[in-house]
Amino acid sequence: MAKLDSKVPKGPISEKWVNHKNNIRLVSPANKRQIDVIVVGTGLAGGSAAATLAELGYNVKSFCFQDSPRRAHSIAAQGGINAAKNYQGDGDSVHRLFHDTVKGGDYRSRESNVHRLAEVSANIIDQCVAQGVPFARDYGGLLDNRSFGGVLVSRTFYAKGQTGQQLLLGAYSAMNRQIARGKIEMFNRHEMMDVVLVDGKARGIITRNLIDGKIERHSAHAVVIASGGYGNLFFLSTNAMGSNVSATWKIHKKGAYFANPCFTQIHPTCIPVSGDHQSKLTLMSESLRNDGRIWVPKAKEDAKAIREGKLRPIDLNEEKRDYYLERRYPAFGNLVPRDVASRAAKERCDAGFGVNKTGEAVFLDFAAAIVRYGKEKAHLKGLDEDDINVVHELGKNIVKSKYGNLFQMYEKIVDENPYETPMMIYPAVHYTMGGTWVDYNLMTTIPGCFAIGEANFSDHGANRLGASALMQGLADGYFVLPYTIGDYLADDIRTGAISTDSKEFEDAEKDVKQKIESLLKTKGTKTVDYYHKKLGKIIWNKCGMSRNADELKNAIEEIKILRKDFYSNVLVPGTSDSFNEPLAKAIRVSDFLELGELFAKDALVRNESCGGHFREEYQSKEGEALRDDKNFTFVSAWEYKGSPSDAVLHKEQLNYENIELKTRSYK
Amino acid sequence: MKLTLKVWRQKNSKEKGRIESYHIDKISPDMSFLEMMDVLNEKLTLQGVDPVAFDHDCREGICGSCSMFINGEAHGPDRLVTTCQLHMRKFKDGETIYIEPFRAKTFPVIKDLVVDRSSFDRIQHAGGFISVNTSGNTQDANSIPIEKKKADNAFDAATCIGCGACVATCKNSSAMLFVSAKVSQYALLPQGEIEATDRVLNMVKQMDDEGFGNCTNTGACEVECPKGISLENIARLNREFIKAKISS
Repeated sequence: MAKLDSKVPKGPISEKWVNHKNNIRLVSPANKRQIDVIVVGTGLAGGSAAATLAELGYNVKSFCFQDSPRRAHSIAAQGGINAAKNYQGDGDSVHRLFHDTVKGGDYRSRESNVHRLAEVSANIIDQCVAQGVPFARDYGGLLDNRSFGGVLVSRTFYAKGQTGQQLLLGAYSAMNRQIARGKIEMFNRHEMMDVVLVDGKARGIITRNLIDGKIERHSAHAVVIASGGYGNLFFLSTNAMGSNVSATWKIHKKGAYFANPCFTQIHPTCIPVSGDHQSKLTLMSESLRNDGRIWVPKAKEDAKAIREGKLRPIDLNEEKRDYYLERRYPAFGNLVPRDVASRAAKERCDAGFGVNKTGEAVFLDFAAAIVRYGKEKAHLKGLDEDDINVVHELGKNIVKSKYGNLFQMYEKIVDENPYETPMMIYPAVHYTMGGTWVDYNLMTTIPGCFAIGEANFSDHGANRLGASALMQGLADGYFVLPYTIGDYLADDIRTGAISTDSKEFEDAEKDVKQKIESLLKTKGTKTVDYYHKKLGKIIWNKCGMSRNADELKNAIEEIKILRKDFYSNVLVPGTSDSFNEPLAKAIRVSDFLELGELFAKDALVRNESCGGHFREEYQSKEGEALRDDKNFTFVSAWEYKGSPSDAVLHKEQLNYENIELKTRSYK
Repeated sequence: MKLTLKVWRQKNSKEKGRIESYHIDKISPDMSFLEMMDVLNEKLTLQGVDPVAFDHDCREGICGSCSMFINGEAHGPDRLVTTCQLHMRKFKDGETIYIEPFRAKTFPVIKDLVVDRSSFDRIQHAGGFISVNTSGNTQDANSIPIEKKKADNAFDAATCIGCGACVATCKNSSAMLFVSAKVSQYALLPQGEIEATDRVLNMVKQMDDEGFGNCTNTGACEVECPKGISLENIARLNREFIKAKISS
């Protein structure tokens, strides 16, 4: 296998993308009509890519496992999307967004890709507003911004707590226009089962129709994977129930390298786990940290009393509270990046200061914000600023207008009113920075197979800053891939339609059918969820917020045993030719059982702490992450060799020419 | 909690369905309704009975997948929630719960509680978009200021999750609340004005072609809408429609 070539263009960083666009090959409009492109996934990346490719003239086939492209899990993103618009005049610029994102990623992302992301960020906002995305506005009618973790400017555009929904519906509407024109052929309730390679190039996919179980062949000149992240490896995460690794894992097994699988984001502000019955976790947007203050009691006795229900949090006065983020990180306070905030919460809870029944929760408190906003409003209206009732009422209304839907969501789940008592939150798995390795053109190591959005690895390094995922998904789909894919497809203008009758398609289809039949035939004694939960527990306990070599080695052995047990004892009900959710799930879990091992193996190789990857052996005296730039400034790209334990590591060295490698400090 | 569940079982779109009874216990009031269904399905699977099929994905009330009719109400007894956000604390120990699919001619049953809502997608294909290509050269996002109130109203209409509760609830199976939400979002924004006439005519025509019923202003849709989409949108759709009819 050839050496990894990231194909980063030469020249100064600020000119790379412009020059590259000027120099790559184009496909003429007449020839685009002769070319088919498959896009798997309809979230922000897949939806925007499908729409844009179709606008350009390519024939697009788009696939999603949901019943409509509008339901892809990007819909659930809450807080916002970053863009270097500098509308607030607070000194923001493309360079600052670039710098913050590289630093936020703890210097493990590819500089050139991140700079490109920052460059196109402003275009995304223009495009979305033109599509009718109703972003929040101020009283002057202009777009409003808020601030997110790890930055010192306000560059986040938002639509209340439903930014992802509004952006996705924007991409969905752009798709609808192309579906109506016949330029996108939409396949709902279809799951990709494998990629098909012909002469070493990605030329199609095998799918399963989730309604009647029919196995189908689809051909194209290129295949774009936009299937999202693999957070459901942990069983409990903020991902949707159907989110899975299967599409990216299938291409990995056919030759696409998998990069940095151990880089996972544990988001600090989620609703804590309440019991064993729980099927998923719910995020409370990072935007809440603009106004919410995070604390635990200063004294262990008070924490214990709160846990036992003998003391209410509002009864503890300021002196008895430990606002630990403000204490440890005065410069960034409650808006430190996610990895830092999550570890700090874990540290306090492990030390015995947790505040819910399980001892795994901290407070997120809006009382101060309600008073601050209330006083401001009272002043504006000429009312008595010292009347607590007036101030509270006014303040609550402002908080409601900013975060109303999040507060409502919290109240429905927890059955407590967060306007009156502080929220309880705890970190949960949210996003995966790791993913399919791609070059500057977003092509994987399989020619003609591309990966975009959360499914690839390139822009967030070892930690993703808030409001950057939506930015990257739309950047890849609207503004990067539609250009870079042309460079590859320029060779295919004379190829003609790809036949699905070849031996390659036949073999791939046969393999898929065999796998399905063998899962159904096992007729064991344990359900698919049993295995998924077991796997999740191993990964969370041994490869979670902090890791060490011994536990990682244990995890690898335990996953191997679990995988073996799965294939001998799993019980998948029903038949292959019907609507059968447990079967679809069994296939997804079988892929997680392989990924899990590679995940632990990757974490074991990386003998340093960086971003979301915290190895207990590598930390400073104050408990901060200790990076090893001399030995680990590289991307781990894993090549599949028959099983996860045989995977071969390739390294893409990361060069920082524009940003100085520094110890990340938010103090 | 101990519960008796009366669940609609239907093998596929062709076969006739029926109600089956199941008994479950050890249900925690803190469980969500779908987590209770998970418990049922785990039990059925181990007994060798085909588990109950239902649509679900995000489980936080935003994707619009879940779609059950619970004790005669879309998304169950609570207000402003989807089924996945409904918690068992809203039910009493020992209660009998009836669980059926969203019923409408335009939402044919696929299996058990899973229905086909692709008619909603086709209405969107007919006009639920603004015709702007991706170019990177659209005008600056702040070049057209939009009055905050209008932007907020457009946003409120745009929060529709396309679950279909409005249709399932309506005695006429009308999709007016769904269609009006999209028409309103664009009608309230300057970006949407240019295509306003064709949009409303085309979307309404598609809605009629699909076989959705007429609106008789009973307002049940607004009551059951998990996102609180307001009836004002239907009034706006009617205004837009009449305006378009006259001018076209």
